[in-house]
Amino acid sequence: MGFFETNLGIFVTILAQCLAVIGFLLVCAMFLVYGDRKIWGAVQLRRGPNVVGPWGLFQLIADFLKYLVKEVVIPAGADKTVFLLAPMIAFVLPVVIWAVIPFNETWIVSDLNIAILYIFAIGSLEVYGVIMGGWASNSKYPFLGSLRSAAQMISYEVSIGFIIVGIIISTGSLSLVDIVKAQDGNYGALSWYWLPHFPMVFLFFISALAETNRPPFDLPEAESELVAGYQVEYSSTPFLLFMIGEYLAIWLMCALTSLFFFGGWLSPIPGLPDGPLWLIGKMAFFFFMFAMVKAITPRYRYDQLMRLGWKVFLPMSLAWVVIVAFFAQFGAFGGAYARWAVGG
Amino acid sequence: MMDGNFNDAQTGEQRIRNFNINFGPQHPAAHGVLRLVLELDGEIVERCDPHVGLLHRGTEKLMESRTYLQNLPYFDRLDYVAPMNQEHAWCLAIEKLTGVEVPRRASLIRVLFCEIGRILNHLMNVTTQAMDVGALTPPLWGFEEREKLMIFYERASGARLHAAYFRPGGVHQDLPQDLIDDIMQWTMEFPDVLADIDGLLTENRIFKQRNVDIAVITEQEALDWGFSGVMVRGSGMAWDLRRAQPYECYNEFEFDIPVGKNGDCYDRYLCRMQEMRESIKIIQQCIQKLDESTGDVLARGKLTPPARGDMKTSMEALIHHFKLYTEGFKVPEGEVYAAVEAPKGEFGVYLVSDGSNKPYKSKIRAPGYPHLAAMDHISKGHQLADVAAIIGTLDIVFGEIDR
Repeated sequence: MGFFETNLGIFVTILAQCLAVIGFLLVCAMFLVYGDRKIWGAVQLRRGPNVVGPWGLFQLIADFLKYLVKEVVIPAGADKTVFLLAPMIAFVLPVVIWAVIPFNETWIVSDLNIAILYIFAIGSLEVYGVIMGGWASNSKYPFLGSLRSAAQMISYEVSIGFIIVGIIISTGSLSLVDIVKAQDGNYGALSWYWLPHFPMVFLFFISALAETNRPPFDLPEAESELVAGYQVEYSSTPFLLFMIGEYLAIWLMCALTSLFFFGGWLSPIPGLPDGPLWLIGKMAFFFFMFAMVKAITPRYRYDQLMRLGWKVFLPMSLAWVVIVAFFAQFGAFGGAYARWAVGG
Repeated sequence: MMDGNFNDAQTGEQRIRNFNINFGPQHPAAHGVLRLVLELDGEIVERCDPHVGLLHRGTEKLMESRTYLQNLPYFDRLDYVAPMNQEHAWCLAIEKLTGVEVPRRASLIRVLFCEIGRILNHLMNVTTQAMDVGALTPPLWGFEEREKLMIFYERASGARLHAAYFRPGGVHQDLPQDLIDDIMQWTMEFPDVLADIDGLLTENRIFKQRNVDIAVITEQEALDWGFSGVMVRGSGMAWDLRRAQPYECYNEFEFDIPVGKNGDCYDRYLCRMQEMRESIKIIQQCIQKLDESTGDVLARGKLTPPARGDMKTSMEALIHHFKLYTEGFKVPEGEVYAAVEAPKGEFGVYLVSDGSNKPYKSKIRAPGYPHLAAMDHISKGHQLADVAAIIGTLDIVFGEIDR
């Protein structure tokens, strides 16, 4: 019996896996912020970060250090415990979700068979970071921001849920690995779920924008109305945690879009080897879309956001669940909607 | 969440208090130092109380102790988004009182730079309104063009912003021919940039949702509240001083006055976009006319300095130059109101002269002031997010409101 079969060995292995994922995420977060700013700058006829290091690549390291060494300002009227707890929640939860995200068929910290439920459970908690942050600041703009985010994030989670139910019906499994496997076929990119679940790709992407508080749904931190919303009173490291948490949540949504609709690590061209690089490439593409949306859209108003969520997205995704259920049951379109044999 | 001591929260029956917030003076959407005290019921604005005075410099009082020429630069500092349009009103007031005739070339140059000022202002307003509703890209596209226009300012007057270029009796210096050529070149390129901004905003669904039917102003309301400029044209009245009571040589130019239909933020946005295109037309006509008219740009006389060459040879010219820049010129006794169609609306100067070299009293009518005064009326019942859009559409610049 080798070392890695002992209890200690298993513990060490899991720990190493966790650290590898977290390390990967933090490096990603850094390049995401850099990429976001560069893309945004390019759209706006600016250069973006270009001074610190080659092509401004070290800008984020410099920012990171600045956030760490600055003073943590806690407002006099704030509830200190909750005030500091909020950014930790906002940072830890998006990281925790990555435990069930497969980078490859076997590259996964924990291959839960109820991975989607897990994602939902943790994802729903994410709103607490924002609510607690806004409430504990004991200040007016953050308060309004947190009220908005509470309603917004919950509304769009509902439609995201229904969209995923359609995927689950098609696959017959809650495991992300199975969902990707079910998309493996002879036609490369054409076998993936984006084709049968076509309209839902857009709904999912837009809901993902709302879920991660990205423009045009950045109401909790709407600059021109609430200054910075729930982040107003935050500075230095707590602010940094909020920001990294936000980018990790976006990165997660990019990963979920790739896994649910675009075949995860599968190669789009039949014959080319599958692998995690495909997944990261797809995620990067969706992040580019996130950044472009941020650069070109104005912001919804609160009531319009609610209207879109409850009166447009919810009925559409609900109807889609019913349609998919029928298609799957009666094997429509050559069984494109019923891939239980591969899925499990 | 407390505003000091409040003990009415749970006395007997539950009482609910509205949520008061300070919108500004340090707020990204406050367009300067506007402070609005908002009373909110949830997100709905119940009361909106604008507080002005944070940028008050006492311009009107200061003007009483300075000569007419020294007062001119104060006008650059009113609406600093389109400085020369304000100078224009001051020069017109003095010229009306003294009866000085402005040379034709100077008149054309004034029209040229007034229209450049209009574009400067509308570029700023349209794009920052987009920013107020959350689109962050248009301002940077617009500022690229504003930068070019400010360089035209600089090449004409030496200053990018506080030009002091229009003088009583003309303009300070003639324009070099290559500057005129460059402006012409720019008018050829600018419509493309405008089309880009147009493409990003005009048919954008979110932009429309945020602006259509927001801050609707009826014709009667516009009259009651003393609005001017785009604020009345957006409501359907074709009132433009350039057409209604032509000053300078505006009656020679062909241009249309765009009017809105519904009087909402979106119509006013469209008006401003169209006005920029009309301004381009005026600028192009202006340049054609400039090619044909040569000559002096200052009405040589008591109001203006002598030509440089004369001062080297003529003792009288030297004395005149010295007296002009120390004592200044005297304006005959009387009072006058001169108004121009500034980009934001009717910008007027009411000047009372006692015959000395300093104005006895000058009252400045800034178009933004009555617009802001209607803030409560307009924004009542709208959402908090709309307040930002309304401030954008009112086209507020605090330099002129606080003076």
